[in-house]
Amino acid sequence: MNSFAELLDRVAFEHSRNGKLRLMADFFRNTPDPDRGWALAAITGALTFRHAKPAIIRQLIAERTDPVLFAMSYDYVGDLSETVALLWPAPDEASVGHNRPPAPTLTEIIELLDETPKAGMPVALAGLLDQLDETGRWALLKLITGSLRVGASARLAKTALASLGNLEPNAIEEVWPGLAPPYLDLFAWAEGRALRPVTSDPAPFHAPMLAHAIEEADLAALDPKDFVAEWKWDGIRVQAVVGCDADGQRVGRLYSRTGEDISPAFPDVMEALCAATFGDAAIDGELLVVRAGKVDSFGALQQRLNRKKVDVKLVAEYPAHVRAYDLLSEAGEDLRTLTFSERRARLENFIAMRRPQRFDLSARVAFQSWDDIARYRRDPASAGAGEEAPAIEGLMLKRADSIYTPGRPKGPWWKWKRDPFTVDAVLMYAQRGHGKRSSFYSDYTFGCWREGAQGDELVPVGKAYFGFTDAELKQLDKWVRDHTTNRFGPVREVEANRTIGLVLEIAFEGVQRSTRHKSGVAMRFPRVSRIRWDKPAREADRLEALEALIGERKQTSA
Amino acid sequence: MADPLLLTPTPAGLYCPAGDFYIDPVRATPRALITHGHADHARAGHDSVLATRQTLDIMALRYGENFCQTRQIANYGEAVNVNGVEVTFHPAGHVLGSAQICVCDGKKRIVVSGDYKREHDPTCPPFEPIRCDIFISEATFALPVFRHPDSRREVGKLLSSLALFPERAHLVGAYSLGKAQRMMALVREAGWDKPIWIHGAVEKITDYYIREGVELGEIRKVTAADRPKLAGEIVLCPPSAIQDLWSRKFPDPVAAFASGWMRVRARARQRGVELPLIVSDHADWDDLCTTIRETQCSELWVTHGEADALAHWASTIGLRAKPLHLVGYGDEEETSGEEAAA
Repeated sequence: MNSFAELLDRVAFEHSRNGKLRLMADFFRNTPDPDRGWALAAITGALTFRHAKPAIIRQLIAERTDPVLFAMSYDYVGDLSETVALLWPAPDEASVGHNRPPAPTLTEIIELLDETPKAGMPVALAGLLDQLDETGRWALLKLITGSLRVGASARLAKTALASLGNLEPNAIEEVWPGLAPPYLDLFAWAEGRALRPVTSDPAPFHAPMLAHAIEEADLAALDPKDFVAEWKWDGIRVQAVVGCDADGQRVGRLYSRTGEDISPAFPDVMEALCAATFGDAAIDGELLVVRAGKVDSFGALQQRLNRKKVDVKLVAEYPAHVRAYDLLSEAGEDLRTLTFSERRARLENFIAMRRPQRFDLSARVAFQSWDDIARYRRDPASAGAGEEAPAIEGLMLKRADSIYTPGRPKGPWWKWKRDPFTVDAVLMYAQRGHGKRSSFYSDYTFGCWREGAQGDELVPVGKAYFGFTDAELKQLDKWVRDHTTNRFGPVREVEANRTIGLVLEIAFEGVQRSTRHKSGVAMRFPRVSRIRWDKPAREADRLEALEALIGERKQTSA
Repeated sequence: MADPLLLTPTPAGLYCPAGDFYIDPVRATPRALITHGHADHARAGHDSVLATRQTLDIMALRYGENFCQTRQIANYGEAVNVNGVEVTFHPAGHVLGSAQICVCDGKKRIVVSGDYKREHDPTCPPFEPIRCDIFISEATFALPVFRHPDSRREVGKLLSSLALFPERAHLVGAYSLGKAQRMMALVREAGWDKPIWIHGAVEKITDYYIREGVELGEIRKVTAADRPKLAGEIVLCPPSAIQDLWSRKFPDPVAAFASGWMRVRARARQRGVELPLIVSDHADWDDLCTTIRETQCSELWVTHGEADALAHWASTIGLRAKPLHLVGYGDEEETSGEEAAA
């Protein structure tokens, strides 16, 4: 475990992509099976632990440290895993004696966490933490809390693995979905000791192809004739895959964009997918809520997301639906090496012939010029989106000749999202950030004006913690420190009145009514788009401006 | 309660009314006792200065021979009478010449630690715990998250990175007084026998250490022409130089930084450090606690750093404790420049 932890620690600090690749390849080369396979699983996010959860960590550290010192330390470090790893009291040398066992391997740790029942987890975890050094504890806690964001993406790890022999990273992506940790066959293949692993999963995940964002100015360099346009629907990107296992049983799965199996939360979609008439196929599409034949807002879909238990009433009230963009395989035939036009023809045919429940085709948007596209983006209804226009968040532009390439290749696919809403709000509170930004005041609560008992008052409407550059963060941090009127732990209240106050232009994707917020509104995806050093606080927007946007979608470009 | 008049905090620093002297004053005073040569403790412009010979030498190197009007050498362990108050300097293990100052009026003994550490350091004599009634401690790393690993392990990290990336220059940011020379000595202990390269800002003090008999092996100053050729070499420089244009001429440089602050990953990341080396010239949490117990003091004052946390801990073991919140020493933010030597 300690060598894996050192790898993570080092990769997290390494800036260059090549440096990261070298570190990972070096680790894979010098670490035996199955440890390196479990390490690959950890980096690619293929591991979850049922019973080892952050609550246990908090409980364990509370039993071992002074609460005042813990609070001061956590505030200083800004990361729970790291604070606990640093604070964890080293076991008494006398009790360990000279017979201190070697630190457990990654494989041993994963087996222990997997086998230990819930009731035994605190003791098991404490035992592991006792045996590891600080870096080992940090890595273990990051693993358990599921926040192994170390700047080593799954893609990078697979590229490092490919470099052990002379494989292409995409060759690894191809076989990846059907494989399971600790990937002995995969390492053997990568090192040229064995043939390509055979996958037997009847409903494997296919690494998705993603698009780059594009701006209007960049379009001029592209020829409209090379591209096909379609709407970008405002749901979540999914993959619906169905096939037959060795016993002839139909196996269907609904995957999120990252390959997470979200089937259990969507029995309605699964029923349609597993119907005999569906055939064997892998469909790339958008998960939406469709009521009375019309796509509902993202807010409606949110009612169905991230739920562990299926609520029958919710399923009836918010019926889920997949709008198909692409066909990746059909009846065992891999279509990803065909061009987009060819796949699109197969998809249209598939939907027309099979007429599946809860699946339909994402319409193509006919256009002649980029001006047409710009106009449709501003007003989807004018291009035939009709009543569904509010559920459109922009356009996708795909090269007709593009093959389906996993990852985010630059050039074949572009997304052009609609402009966000903006509002000018006044900074009211700032909180110290976590992680990279610990010690900077980087989380901002902002408010709009409304009429109060004693004239106009500010009411908080949202919170944003990104959208600014590092240089702007320093300026904001300084402003907060210079204008503090009150302190509540890590939070500072700042001057915010008609004469003194900092105006932030906030960009956001929509507004919903909320009973949990004092203002009665909740913004979706708010971020700081500009700092209005020039604008007097009294000229910031009023709450009514936000209320008017509830349920609205911006249809005209600013 | 100790006689409040033996030492008292003032805006200029700790003051002894009976002996009419200040310890590490932050502004010019008629009589100053200096614990060590870092700029936040040793300032120019006092009328008379009492310090160890090496601290006086270092002040002269940095500020010129006229840094004060009269100076007096304090030898470790020898009592000096200052206006009827007995003061004795003892090794603090922080940097060459560093001292704790024990102040005694015949009834009470107060020890002012200055900055100190308990860890292995081949370049200066080790800290000696002194029994006292009141111990006045620094608290730079006084949070229980600061537990410095063995410095030899950290140097091992540097050497294994050099083995993995032999085509990259390894720039090691280190404070020019103390940390840089300690890193050189530690690297030598680990078996590195190639020349160690240094930035011009590190040269003067390094030469002084060598003149004082500290073994550092072959040290070479980097010239502009050398820079592109230093793949696989160790280059010691002031921390600020790592982000400078100066660093860009090296082959694909690895940015390392030797400091206790590197214990917290976010701190290292904020500075753009790629290879954090947790090597500190200050006591970590465990060593602060151990030292306070060893002095057998009944009262603890805390000068600067995470004073509230240390005072809280002291109160839990039955000591009277007070944070002094003295201003002007080792700013909590490590960005405050080279001399906030950590």
